[in-house]
Amino acid sequence: MAAIRMAGLTKSFGDLRAIDGLTLDVEEGEIFALVGPDGAGKTTTMRLLAAILDPTSGDAWVAGHHIVKEAEAAKEDIGYMSQRFGLYTDLTVIENIEFYADIYGVPRRGRQEKINRLLAFSNLTPFKQRLAGNLSGGMKQKLGLACALIHTPKVLFLDEPTNGVDPSSRRDFWRILYQLLRERVTIFVSTAYLDEAERANRIGLMDHGKLLAVGTPEEVKRLMRGTILEIRTAEARRATAVLRATLPPGSVSLFGDRVHVVTEDVQGAGDRVREALAGSGIETSELRPIEPTLEDVFVSVLGSSAAATSRT
Amino acid sequence: MKPRRVLAIARKEYLQIRRDPRSLGMAIAMPMLLLVLFGYALTLDVDRVPVVIWDQSESPASRELISRFAGSRYFSLKGYVRNYREVERGIDSGRTLMALVVPRDFAGQVGSGRPAAVQLIVDGSDSNTATIAIGYAEGVVQTYSREITLRATQGLGGRPLNPPVEMRPRVWFNADMESKNYIIPGLIPVIMMVIAALLTSLTIAREWERGTMEQLISTPVKGPELIFGKLVPYFVIGMFDVLLAVLMGEFVFHVPLRGSLLLLFVMAAIFLVGALSMGMVISIVAKNQLLANQLAMILTFVPAFILSGLVYAISVMPWPIRLVTYLVPARYFVALLKGIYLKGVGLNVLAGEAALLLVFAAAMVALANFQFRKKLG
Repeated sequence: MAAIRMAGLTKSFGDLRAIDGLTLDVEEGEIFALVGPDGAGKTTTMRLLAAILDPTSGDAWVAGHHIVKEAEAAKEDIGYMSQRFGLYTDLTVIENIEFYADIYGVPRRGRQEKINRLLAFSNLTPFKQRLAGNLSGGMKQKLGLACALIHTPKVLFLDEPTNGVDPSSRRDFWRILYQLLRERVTIFVSTAYLDEAERANRIGLMDHGKLLAVGTPEEVKRLMRGTILEIRTAEARRATAVLRATLPPGSVSLFGDRVHVVTEDVQGAGDRVREALAGSGIETSELRPIEPTLEDVFVSVLGSSAAATSRT
Repeated sequence: MKPRRVLAIARKEYLQIRRDPRSLGMAIAMPMLLLVLFGYALTLDVDRVPVVIWDQSESPASRELISRFAGSRYFSLKGYVRNYREVERGIDSGRTLMALVVPRDFAGQVGSGRPAAVQLIVDGSDSNTATIAIGYAEGVVQTYSREITLRATQGLGGRPLNPPVEMRPRVWFNADMESKNYIIPGLIPVIMMVIAALLTSLTIAREWERGTMEQLISTPVKGPELIFGKLVPYFVIGMFDVLLAVLMGEFVFHVPLRGSLLLLFVMAAIFLVGALSMGMVISIVAKNQLLANQLAMILTFVPAFILSGLVYAISVMPWPIRLVTYLVPARYFVALLKGIYLKGVGLNVLAGEAALLLVFAAAMVALANFQFRKKLG
C-alpha cells in the first residue's frame, strides 16, 4: 500500500485553482520532493495531506487514512512541519518537545530516552534550556523536526524545511532525513531549491497546481530535450542579452556567472554562440556541453515564461 | 477528552503567561485600578450640595434658617450674593448648584405668624441631582417651620401640636443609603466580565497570528482539550482577581458582606467560566488579536455597565431594553452579588439568577467548542 495516495486532489480558493487534479502515489520509505516555484501549490498540497485543509474535490489517503473522513486518525500517524516556524518562541527547546510529547500521548516509559535521542540527533542537547525564539534559523528547523518526530510518525510532511537556512545547516538537515529513511519513515518534502531535490528518491515538478513531471531525478532530467551548452564569461548578463537576440526563444537562460543554451545541434549552436559573442566583443572563458541539472529541466519544462527558482 | 492533553495545554499557557509579566501584571492590576476608580468616582450620593445665599432680610429669623442649611451635611454654604446676576454667574460657572433667596419681609411675616415664602433657584441641568437637592431643601425648611409653629403654640399656652400624619422612613439593607455599598458589589461583575473576556480574547487569535495554530491542528489534539486547557490558567487568574476585589470591598471600601462567602465564590466561578468562554468565542471568530481585543471590550463593557442594573435600575427601563438585559450575563451576577452582599440572602431567593448564570456559562462553553475548527481557512 502506498504511504500517500492522491486521486484527483483539487483545491480552489474562489476562482483560483491552487491544486488541480493531483494524482500521485508515494511509496512507503521513500523521500519524495515536491519542487516548484513560489505559488505552484506546494504548501496547499502539504496542508491538504496534513488534513488541516479540506480539498474542494478529489481524495487522498495518508498512511491508509482518508484525509477528510479520517482526518483525526491520520493526524496520529503523521508529522507535519509548516513552512512558517510553528513552535512557541516563548517556550524553551525542551518545553516545546515535552509539550508535543504530551499532545501526541507519547508513553511515559521510554519517553525521556526518546527525547534525549531526538535532541542528540538534532544537535540541540546543549540548547535544551534556550527559548525557541532565540535559536538560529537552522536550529529552529531542527527543533521543528524533533517535535514532528516525537511520536514516531509513519509519514513526515516538511514544507520547505530548509528555506532561509544556511548551507551547512541544510546539509545537516538532509543527513537527519536520510537517517530517518532507515526507520522506514516516508518523507514528503517540498522545496524551491532544485539542487536539494536531487537528493530525493523521486521528485515531482509542480507549477500552477499541476504536476508536470514525476520520477527519479535521473528520469526527470531525461525529459530534457536537447543538450546544454554552458558558457562561462565575465559578462554573463550581457552575453545572455546578446544570445537571446540571436538564438531561438526560450533556449537561453542565465545561472549566476554561467549562461546555458539548450539545443538539439551542439556543433551548430556552439558556432553561432562563438560568433555572436565575438561580434559583441564578449570574451568567453569556457564553452562546453554539460549534463542537464534539474534547473535546466525546470526551465525547459516550465518554458521560458516561468523563471526557474535558483539559489543564486 | 484526555486529561493529559488538557494539562499539557494548561501548562503551556501557564508558562507563556509567566514569561509575559506585563500581561499578567495587567490582569491583576487592572481590576484593582478599575475598582478604585469606579468605586470612588461612581458615587451616586448627593451630599454637600453647594449653595449660595441672598439674604435680603438680614434678620435673626433669616440667619436661623440659613444656619439650618449650613449645619446640614447635605449642603455646603458657598457664600452670600447680593443680586440675581451673581446667582446666575455662580450657577453658570458651576461654583454653586442652588441659591436660597430670603425675601426682605421674611422676619416680619414669620414674626406675625403669616406664611412666609423663600425662593430656591436650582440648576436643573442634572435633573436627578436637582430633584434630590430640592428634596433636601424642603426637608430643612419644613423642619424649621414646624419648630416655629411649635414655639408659637407653646407661646400661646396651648398643648404641643403634632402633625396629623407623619411619615417615618426606614431603609432596609443599606441603612445609610451609601451608594458604595451597592456600587462595589455591582462593579465586581462588570469588571470581571471585561477582564475575563479580554484575558481569553487573545489566546486563540494569537496562535493563529503567530502560526503556532497550524502546527497544533496537525496533531490529534481535540478542540475541547484545547479550549479547556486554555481556560484553566485564566480561570485561576480570574478567581484571584475576584478574591482581590472581595478583599478590597472589605478593607478599602468597608462594604458589609452579609451573605455566604462560599456562595459568592461558587457563583463567581460559574460567571468566570462563562465570561472566559465568551472571550474564547470572540478569539476563535476574530482570528486576529487586535480585532478580538476590541470586540471583547465593546461586547462586554458597555452592556455590563449600562444594562446590568448597576447604574440604572432594570425595573424602570422601557420594556424592549428590559428584554435585552436578559442577554447580559452580568445582570444575573450583579443581582446575585447585591443579594449576597446587602441582603445576605442565599440560593433559596437567588436560585433563578444562579440558574440563568449557569445557562450562560454552559452556552458559552458549548459555543466555543462548536465554533472551533481544526482546519485552516
